[in-house]
Amino acid sequence: MWLAFVKWLSFSVLGLSPGTRFGEAVAFFLYDAPKVLFLLATVVFIVAVIRSFFPPERTKRILAGGNEYAGNVLAALLGIVTPFCSCSAVPLFIGFLESGVPLGVTFSFLISSPMVNEVALVLLWGLFGWKVALLYVAAGVSVAIVAGIIIGRLHLERWVEDYVWEIQVGNADMPNPTWAERLACARGYVKEILRKVWLYVVIGIGVGAFIHGYAPENLLARVAGKANPLAVPVAVLIGVPLYSNAAGTIPIVKALMEKGMAMGTALSFMMAVTALSLPEAIILRKVLKPKLLTLFFGIGAVTITAIGYLFNWLLG
Amino acid sequence: MDVKILGSGCCNCNTLEQNAKEALAELEISAEVAHVTDFREIMKYGVMRTPALVVDGQVKVAGRVPTKAELVKLLGEGK
Repeated sequence: MWLAFVKWLSFSVLGLSPGTRFGEAVAFFLYDAPKVLFLLATVVFIVAVIRSFFPPERTKRILAGGNEYAGNVLAALLGIVTPFCSCSAVPLFIGFLESGVPLGVTFSFLISSPMVNEVALVLLWGLFGWKVALLYVAAGVSVAIVAGIIIGRLHLERWVEDYVWEIQVGNADMPNPTWAERLACARGYVKEILRKVWLYVVIGIGVGAFIHGYAPENLLARVAGKANPLAVPVAVLIGVPLYSNAAGTIPIVKALMEKGMAMGTALSFMMAVTALSLPEAIILRKVLKPKLLTLFFGIGAVTITAIGYLFNWLLG
Repeated sequence: MDVKILGSGCCNCNTLEQNAKEALAELEISAEVAHVTDFREIMKYGVMRTPALVVDGQVKVAGRVPTKAELVKLLGEGK
């Protein structure tokens, strides 16, 4: 219905011709932009309410007890629902370690939290369908579990900055919010997210629309298609230093895929952009010695590459 | 009244500091707003999400930037 309306709007009302590059680009833009923004507002609201039940203070108590491997799995899953912004990475990291959460489990959380979140989910769902969205969640959670287990097995506690172990964490007694507060907070969060990402979404979809309308079909099939074994690592290497949120990346990736980029390669690129970035490295340097920081990025990049190959192979 | 903003100096923390100052001005409370950026200090309050607002040693808000109206209410309580 929405598609029919947009076609009518672009081709009858605006008088653009279907099949022309400009016409197709405009229709693509008008179809995707409002749909994604609407989905975003709805899902972010629901997730924000769910999140109010999982503050990190609670998450760390859940993770501090119990088996280490189960901890990695749980941490990766909790990363989906626990709020996280890169400026909170340091207090979260210290708070987890201090309350006895193992280092590898803490890393599982740190990897999954920025990578698998509701914004990424909505965009994938809106632009690619629910199957791809679920695939992305599964891939992201797997990367977080595997990378966390590897870091945990290596026993690298000595590569964490020494002062971290000396910090005494106080007890913040925050009362549980009431339902009215949860809803008010969720509304505020939707406003904040939309204010922060709408421009990215619009620009991302705009660039995507341009690629959709103007780039020749199969432009990327040879360089980024399945036939090129180097496509995945190259996509990851390009993605790691880039800092963007899922909102800006996913619409562009959609257009790239239409032009022949393989699914696994595209997923790897998205994960590399959202999970590993230069600003995050600078923030984490405050608590990690350079060796551990490098290793964290290395293990992250390798795991993300492996997942990309796996999906290219599975879906091939 | 002792008001502290906890946060590493990211843009959210600066917004919170600004809002808190405005709220205090509206309430006509003259209190210094201290901005704590050292993680050792921040962690003493048990806060894991920044920015956070501490009033007279008590954590009132963590991990979000409340509106000015909410801050007026929060800071008005301790008056």
